[in-house]
Order: sequence, then structure tokens, then C-alpha cells
Amino acid sequence: MTREGIVNALVLVCLVLVPGWAFYAGETFTITLATRVVILALAAVGLNIALGLGGLVSLGHAVFFGLGGYTMGILAYHVQAYEPLFEWPFLFEGTKSMPAIWLAAVVLSALTAFVIGLLCLRTSGAYFIMITLAFGQMFYFFSISWSAYGGEDGLSIYVRNGFPGLNTLDPIQFYGLCFCVLVVVLWFASRLNRSRFGLALNAARQSPERVEAVGLRPFHLRLTAFVISGAVTGLAGALFADLNRFVSPAMFSWQMSGEIMILVILGGVGRLYGPVVGAIVFVALEHVLGDLSDYWHIYLGLLLLTVVLFVRGGLIGAVTGRRAAHD
Amino acid sequence: MTEAVLETRDLCKRFGALEVSKDVSISLRPGEIHAVIGPNGAGKSTLIKQICGAEKPDDGRIYLLGEDVTHLSVDARARAGLARTFQVSALAMEDTVLENAALGVVGASGKAFRFFRPVLKDTEVLSRVEAALERVGLADAAGKQTSELSHGQRRQLEVAIALTLAPKVFVMDEPMAGLGAEGSKTMTGFLDGLRHEAPILLVEHDMDAVFALADRISVLVYGSIIASGTVEEIRADPAVREAYLGDLS
Repeated sequence: MTREGIVNALVLVCLVLVPGWAFYAGETFTITLATRVVILALAAVGLNIALGLGGLVSLGHAVFFGLGGYTMGILAYHVQAYEPLFEWPFLFEGTKSMPAIWLAAVVLSALTAFVIGLLCLRTSGAYFIMITLAFGQMFYFFSISWSAYGGEDGLSIYVRNGFPGLNTLDPIQFYGLCFCVLVVVLWFASRLNRSRFGLALNAARQSPERVEAVGLRPFHLRLTAFVISGAVTGLAGALFADLNRFVSPAMFSWQMSGEIMILVILGGVGRLYGPVVGAIVFVALEHVLGDLSDYWHIYLGLLLLTVVLFVRGGLIGAVTGRRAAHD
Repeated sequence: MTEAVLETRDLCKRFGALEVSKDVSISLRPGEIHAVIGPNGAGKSTLIKQICGAEKPDDGRIYLLGEDVTHLSVDARARAGLARTFQVSALAMEDTVLENAALGVVGASGKAFRFFRPVLKDTEVLSRVEAALERVGLADAAGKQTSELSHGQRRQLEVAIALTLAPKVFVMDEPMAGLGAEGSKTMTGFLDGLRHEAPILLVEHDMDAVFALADRISVLVYGSIIASGTVEEIRADPAVREAYLGDLS
């Protein structure tokens, strides 16, 4: 096992033990914090596919996070309000079933990522950052002005959506569900990284001319990565809304995009568990420092600066050194 | 005369007032090495770029295996059988040597959109990659990170990737650069045999290698081909001697 493998395993063990302890100690709030960690990590794992593997610095991933959130919000709202979502061509009353909501969130985010990617990926560098940011702002202001679904006030969903065989209102059960989703997605991401596609995408980031010279289009590779990335972040958005039982335009905000990116950079760009470590540290700081001062972001900023300036490969890189060659 | 595998007809390319290609017509026949030589700034690199599709000519045509590829993209030409090595190595520096070579196999197979099976556990990919690395003498370095390779080894890897494509034509931009005397000799011997797999259009500064390898030589000066012929003809050509080889004789 490589050193990075050991660190990754330890992180997973932490994510099992800490909530496990909290469950026995009756610390419900800690379980909720852990759930927040896992869901934010999932969103950042999504971004890491575009940013870490593809080198696509997207400052618009809140679009997918928010879309996931609003997918959940809208589908559940119609059930809650007894107003069918549509009556033609068939009657659809919305749904409170998580698997159905997840599917809708993933499909919608993927389609949106496809369209946005088609436009954005014609640019690169600072232009790419700006145009993804612009899309984020479009969705943000649209959600604010869409009064049918709460506009600026957002939407509250009073009862958490259901998952077959689980009581999702029980914090530890909901945590377990989110944790399982994260583990499955991490496993998928690690397979992706080592697949033919991952190899080509990695190379397209480092040397696009080379990829073209072997007969592949970097654009196609990047677009596919962007779609997968958006879909994962969208799924995280649906879970995040379910955690809070609330969705608002804040999920579409550029601060949200920035936060997801901070998680990736803090933990280690391109490292499989980077986003997970980033999310743990971020939520811990938010909680510990947030108690001390409303201005805790100052300390987050300092930490981020330190990591970016002095540590290659984020916090994971600080512990494991340079990225090991693929084993 | 057998039909050319690769042919340019009257290529013209201008950058502003500067004409970097003036009616350049060269052809590459099966089984031959055709060297393009010329002083710095003669337009060799721009010619290569036009042939590979990275630059569009202002005028003229390019044929690959008899097909007009003038308007095809770089990747489409690669899929059509054109393998290029770069003058300045274009490699994925963070990846291993093995991974870089595997990229060639993945590209050539046309099956890059496979998301699940680890590519380096695919025995078919591995056997082709290892064979290619073996041939250029990089088998021992397969597990190394590419950024750790010497300049010369990077040239070898460039050639290995081209081999994994199993191409119809090689276009090599200074494969000897930075190899040193010994490496240059090995590479010369290797390319000598390679011409029977696919013809090579060779841009090279190393005159010993060019004279040892080339079946034909074209001399490019200020964007124009001033002479084209066998090694003996080129050596004897007074215009070439004046423009380019003068200092060598």
C-alpha cells in the first residue's frame, strides 16, 4: 500500500468512527456536521474530476450544486403542496423518493454541464474561469427571481425525502446513506482516473498537442469530464438540500462555487481524497472558529494561502509528498 | 514511380509579409526516408506543422495516401495514419513513461471513452506498449516519471509513442536533437530499419545522420525548396553548397 493509500484509508476510518462515536454519545449535532462534510466532499469530488484531472478551473460549479438542490426542492415541494408538477401528458405530482430525485438531479446536471461545457470549453485560462462564473451568476439571479419556488427566500421542505428501507430522518441513517454514496463515487472516480479515458484526460491537461497527435480531440475529452463532474456535483446538491431540508439561491451563488473550489485546493488538486480532507478541515474550521468569531474566514484565508504557497498537492500532498506514479 | 504516401503540392504560407512556405512540393514514397534540411528559420517547422494540421496553408494541397487531407484536423490526420514526433518534446510530464506510451495505443485503438477498466491492466495495451519501449531502448525506464527522463530519453519516448500508433507515415522533427554521439548513432540505426515499416519524413540538423539515412534530401531555404535529390546530387549541388553546406565542405 502506498503512503497515500494509507492516508486515504485513515480518512475513511475517521468518517466511520467519529459519527459512530457521536451516535453512542448522543451527539446529534456532530453527526449533522459529519453529514455536511460528506456531502460537501462529494460536491468537491465532482469538481476535482474537471479541475484535477482535466485542468478545467470552473468557477461555476455552484450551477450544478444548485440544480441538484432545486431538483430536490421542486420535486418534493409539489408533493408537499399537493400541486401536481404537471398534468400533461400524464399526471406527475412530484416525488419524495431519494433515488428518483437523485436520478433527476444527475440527469439535469449532466445535460446542463453538456450545454455549458459546449460553450465554455472553447475558451481556456482566465476566460474559462470568467465564463463559468458568468453562467453561475445567470442561474443565481434566475433562481432569485423565480418566485414560484420561493425566489430569494428559498424553499423549505418540511419532511426529509425517503429512501427505501431507511428512516432518513434519523441522523445516523441519513449520514450512513450519504457516506455510502461518497464511497461509491470515490471508487468510481479512482477507476475513472486509471481508465483509458482517465489516461487521455490527464494527458490532455498536460500536453494537448500530444493527445491530438495520437488522434484524440482534447475538446471531447474535456467536455465528457465536465459532464461527469457536473453530474456528481449535482448529486451532492440534491443531498445537501435534503440535509438542510431547505434550498435557496445561495446554493447557486459564486461564493458556493468558490467554497467547492477551496475544498479541492485545500485537500489537494487531483488527489482522490483531496476533496474529502478539504471538506473535513473546512467544516471543522467553520465550526470551531465560527464559535470564536464571525470573521473566521480570515483564518480560512490564511490557511488557504499557506497551503497554496508552501505545500504542493494540498494537505494530502503535505502528508504523502509528491503524487506517486499510478500503481 | 510508385505513388507517394505523403505529398504536398505548392504549399504557401505567409505570416504577414514573411513568406515561410513558397510553393513547397515534396513527396514521400513507400520505404524511403526523405530528409528536409535547411538553415534555421528556413520554414522547416512551419512546413511540418502544415503537414500535421497544426497550421493551415494559405494555398496548396496536402495528400496522405492519395487522399486530400488539407482541411483535416490534427487528430483526424493522426487517425488517418500520420505519426508525428515533436521537436520540443510534448509529453505528459507527470505521468510515467509507460503511461505516455499507452496513450498512443489508446489513441490508435479509437477506444478512449472507456471509463472503468484500468488501462494499465489491459494486457493487449501493455504488450504493445512494452514492445514499443523495448524497440527504442526505454524498457528499463518504463516505470519512471517522464519528467525524470534525460533529454535524449524523451526523444526516444517520442519515437516510442509514434510506434504505438502503427502509422502509415512518420513525420519526425529533429529526433536526434540532444541525443549525444552514441545515442544519435543508435537512433540512426533504428530509423534505418524503421523505413520499411512506414516511410519517414525527417527534419534533422545532424548532417551525419541525414547523409547516412536519407534516400532523398530536399533543401529548404527562406521557405523555398532550392534543391531536391539523392544524397550525392545534394552534396554536389552548387546552390546548396553556397546556401547551406558551404561551411561543411
